[in-house]
Amino acid sequence: MSDIRLRNVRKVYPGAAEATIPGLSLDIGAGELCVLVGPSGCGKSTLLRMVAGLEEVTDGEINIAGRQVNDLEPARRDISMVFQNYALYPHMTVHGNMAYGLKNRGMPKAEIAEKVGTAARMLGLADYLDRKPRQLSGGQRQRVAMGRAIVREPAAFLFDEPLSNLDAKLRVKTRVEIRDLQQRLGTTSIYVTHDQQEAMTLADTLVVMNAGRVEQIGPPMEIYARPASLFVAGFIGSPPMNVLAPGTGAALATAAGIERAAGHAVVGVRPEDLRAQPGGPLAVTVRVVERLGATANVHGVLDDGASEVIASLSGTDLPGPGEVMHLGVNPADLHLFDHASGQRLECAGA
Amino acid sequence: MVERRPLLLFIQHAVLIFGAAVFVFPIYLAFIASTHTAREVNSGLPLLPGGQMFDNYATVLGEGLSTAGAPPIGLMLMNSTIMALAITLGKLVISLLSSFAIVYFKFPFRVLAFWTIFITLMLPVEVRILPTYEVVAQLGMLNSYAGLSVPLIASATATFLFRQFFMTVPDELTEAARIDGAGPMKFFRDILVPLSRTNIAALFVILFIYGWNQYLWPLLVTTDESYYTIVMGIQRMVNAGEETPQWHLIMTTAILALVPPVVVILGMQRLFVRGLVEVEK
Repeated sequence: MSDIRLRNVRKVYPGAAEATIPGLSLDIGAGELCVLVGPSGCGKSTLLRMVAGLEEVTDGEINIAGRQVNDLEPARRDISMVFQNYALYPHMTVHGNMAYGLKNRGMPKAEIAEKVGTAARMLGLADYLDRKPRQLSGGQRQRVAMGRAIVREPAAFLFDEPLSNLDAKLRVKTRVEIRDLQQRLGTTSIYVTHDQQEAMTLADTLVVMNAGRVEQIGPPMEIYARPASLFVAGFIGSPPMNVLAPGTGAALATAAGIERAAGHAVVGVRPEDLRAQPGGPLAVTVRVVERLGATANVHGVLDDGASEVIASLSGTDLPGPGEVMHLGVNPADLHLFDHASGQRLECAGA
Repeated sequence: MVERRPLLLFIQHAVLIFGAAVFVFPIYLAFIASTHTAREVNSGLPLLPGGQMFDNYATVLGEGLSTAGAPPIGLMLMNSTIMALAITLGKLVISLLSSFAIVYFKFPFRVLAFWTIFITLMLPVEVRILPTYEVVAQLGMLNSYAGLSVPLIASATATFLFRQFFMTVPDELTEAARIDGAGPMKFFRDILVPLSRTNIAALFVILFIYGWNQYLWPLLVTTDESYYTIVMGIQRMVNAGEETPQWHLIMTTAILALVPPVVVILGMQRLFVRGLVEVEK
């Protein structure tokens, strides 16, 4: 069991005016699956690549299993990585791909065959060991990449958006497989994605990143329930949280009995916390209704004519486009953010 | 093209067959000439094979044309093969390594190095022949296999082609290899070279023929008969001084000189045709 610690890790690309990562600390407990999530360019992949040893660390310290690895070659860090495009060796068979890392370590052939065999059975690849990557489907290639990672029995798995080349259905299936495998093996993992749903479902610890900084760290449900900033509120949750400007949100907050909000706070409400309430504080003119099956997303405009609101409603009695609908919310479900800094104000629903 | 119009089909085939015939006919003539006696060849070339084939080939391979001032064909064929193989393998090894260095390593003047190599594309042997001769002579490499092949080994073309190919190899593959514990040379040997197989096969053919067809350079650096190449040999047989050129034997030699390049093409063809059909990522 091994943990990963980052201490004031900084990354400045040569010639760049600004730091890609201006200084970041993070502790990942042994056996944990930590997901780094954020928009593209937020530095999450750079961070992962620094842990892997593929990017140099400008400043700070990276520890894997109690050992400082800053200056170690990737192969000596006791990690394995699953790449976005799988990065399988096209001229090697499935067996060859999985065995290559072990062979380079000088492991005896018999032992390699045994380990590869075990991993292949675990991943349902036992019948494909003699195939070349090009003879496999996308999902199978992904599993070979996983297999290559697990045969080495590393201290940590690093995943760099491993599901983004799969179609939607396979992505959900593989997501579950990865989680299952990671739990069974109990290997500390860092997983990078820009997909908030993937992040929510996989993570033990979720790290929301923006512009090289950590916006919030915590268990996914806690981040969902209490986003620390407007950025996190908008990024985690689908459809995203409704954000109402101080003036507009005031009605809602006053109705909910939160005095402080009336002046300067931005009010956030999750679409799934809104419910139809005749005479409710929000009067919405419906524009589009998206039916998802179990629920429906009602997109509308508030009566101030500018703020857009999404409500995730269930039931069959939904309004049509052009109709006016009144919505209400439980005061406990309101999120307040400082207008200027975007930081959470700790009084919502209190 | 899907239409079936008999006349069009006929014309198409006629043009293609005519084109093929134009290319094949000289080779056919050479072959025919190699199966007749000297007298038959000199009194107007017949168009059908004669009965002298085995005699001619036996003469050329066994005794050589001593009168033409050339060593036996067997030795010249071997010289040519050694020279062509040395040039081909040398070019492949050097260009693989130099493009590996240019693409995968950061070193001072890397761009300058690349452009220097690139600029030498404009300087074939014929252009730099005098200084090159001087260097080879000073190094005492005249009349040696090294003298025949070394000056022709540097290859900008192959370096350039491998560079272009290496740049299409995804970075993730390099990184995966690093994580798998493959050092630079291991990566080169285990991943890059196998991936370049198709390119290597195609270049092998092109470079082998290039080396085989060298005429001017071997002519300059060899004065010792035992280092003559087959292309030179044919030329010397034609200019056989006072005597009438023995066309039947010259043609026999020419046909024999065709064999090694053809063998190389047939051998390599399977590799690169397969490579072209199975597109690899």
